[in-house]
Amino acid sequence: MTATPKSRDARAAAETAARQSYGRLLAVLAARSRDVAAAEDALADAFAAALEQWPSKGVPEKPEAWLLTVARRRAIDRQRRRRAGSEAEDHLLLMGEESKAMELEENDGDVPDKRLALMFACAHPAINPEIRAPLILQTVLGFDAATIAAAFLVAPATMGQRLVRAKTRIRQTGIPFRLPERADLPERLDAVLEAIYAAFTEGWSDPAGTEALRRDLAGEAIWLGRLVASLMPDQPEALGLLALMLYAEARREARRTTDGDFVPLGEQDVLLWDNKLIDEAERLLAAAGGMGRPGRYQIEAALQSAHCARRHFGSTDWPAIAGLYAMLGRIAYSPVVEVNRAVALTEAGQAGTAIAILERLSADRRLADYQPYWAARGMVLARLDRNDSAREAYRRAIALERDPALRRFLQGRMDALPAALLN
Amino acid sequence: MQYLLMIYGDETEAAKIPPEQIKTMMPAYAHYTEAMKQAGVWLGGDRLRPTNASTTVRVRDDKPQVLDGPYADTKEQLAGYYKIEAPDLDAAIDWAKRCPGARNGTIEVRPIWEMQVA
Repeated sequence: MTATPKSRDARAAAETAARQSYGRLLAVLAARSRDVAAAEDALADAFAAALEQWPSKGVPEKPEAWLLTVARRRAIDRQRRRRAGSEAEDHLLLMGEESKAMELEENDGDVPDKRLALMFACAHPAINPEIRAPLILQTVLGFDAATIAAAFLVAPATMGQRLVRAKTRIRQTGIPFRLPERADLPERLDAVLEAIYAAFTEGWSDPAGTEALRRDLAGEAIWLGRLVASLMPDQPEALGLLALMLYAEARREARRTTDGDFVPLGEQDVLLWDNKLIDEAERLLAAAGGMGRPGRYQIEAALQSAHCARRHFGSTDWPAIAGLYAMLGRIAYSPVVEVNRAVALTEAGQAGTAIAILERLSADRRLADYQPYWAARGMVLARLDRNDSAREAYRRAIALERDPALRRFLQGRMDALPAALLN
Repeated sequence: MQYLLMIYGDETEAAKIPPEQIKTMMPAYAHYTEAMKQAGVWLGGDRLRPTNASTTVRVRDDKPQVLDGPYADTKEQLAGYYKIEAPDLDAAIDWAKRCPGARNGTIEVRPIWEMQVA
């Protein structure tokens, strides 16, 4: 295709509109029919029409409203073709409603923002938790199944099937596109936040940033986090999650040396941290805290905040961190939280308490192949001068770790243990 | 949309409930049904006799096979159902939560497959 400057501009305008408007338009299109797949098809038609017409006719004054109108007409055309004769009668009613809605929107030209309702539908309790994050990425950001599959390390065909199934389920079971009732809101919002956080941690789990797709996923999750925080500014956990992700993102550059070696949080070079992001996170966390409704994400953000305080004070307040882990354990207990608390207690000079916690956890079979548990054991035992046991724990940790950088780091810790006394 | 709320419960447990307690449970269902009717969601519903009254029928190679007993041996059995009209799944779930049977049994919410008029 030969690209004249004008067609390039139109293409750029269409791409910008696509990036910014996709979820907004899809949410409006699917809201009434709950048919996400049909809305996706109609929207794809509309974007194709934009690419075809905007270069010659110019970009319309209100691109979103234009796309929405075209998509609605295409959706109606498709329906009409699918249904024949008397069946169409029923459908005329829906079409009438649709065109009334169209007129209303065309009058003020602003497309209402129903993306939050769309996210609540995607993270509905009737949807399999594992597909919620991919579904949100597809419907709100317009990612194709192959991209999402690559980011979540799943075969493209498998991911495609799961997404199709989830969309069919939304339509067939009648999952609503609206905000949940007040009584259900905290739990339902938690599911939305969890899905966003799942996308973030997927992206975060590629610390070297070598896989662009996965790295970008963390960025997209932050974008979604910003969206939810801006649409629900009175929900402290929404702000807490955004703060948590920003703190983590701020430390991205410091997580590895230029040689690709792992750097533990407590030893990271604070000059490599992104102060602007940390400041933004601090403001969000303060605003959330002021609402007096603590929750899991706020506490996890507070933990990050405590670590980041090192940029001002030069040292880490480990007793405070151990205290926050204890608080987190009371709200959302998990053995992982206990492992982290044990590490913080050890840094705070309470290795004896820490090893008691880890011993108590040793009965939990889920931890048998959880690398951080064994690394924590190694660290705590080393602090207690139980070097042989420490070595054994590090050996198990190394065997369980897939990331070579982390394996090198653990090996280094193990090698630094005083040699066993002979004789 | 139309949904079927299927009420599952453990029959052997239910059989142990003393008759006077059963008497107190009946008004709960009566109230629930009344609330559904007043809200305009009730389309139908019945209590079923226990599965020891069940008969299963199959036709294979044009030969009917009639057996005593339920289709599947499960821990909880279908004890009754409501057919309701609700705007969406959340509304149907809200009705399921209020069903007396949800307290000790399980309610399965299934959309009715609505046929297009030919």
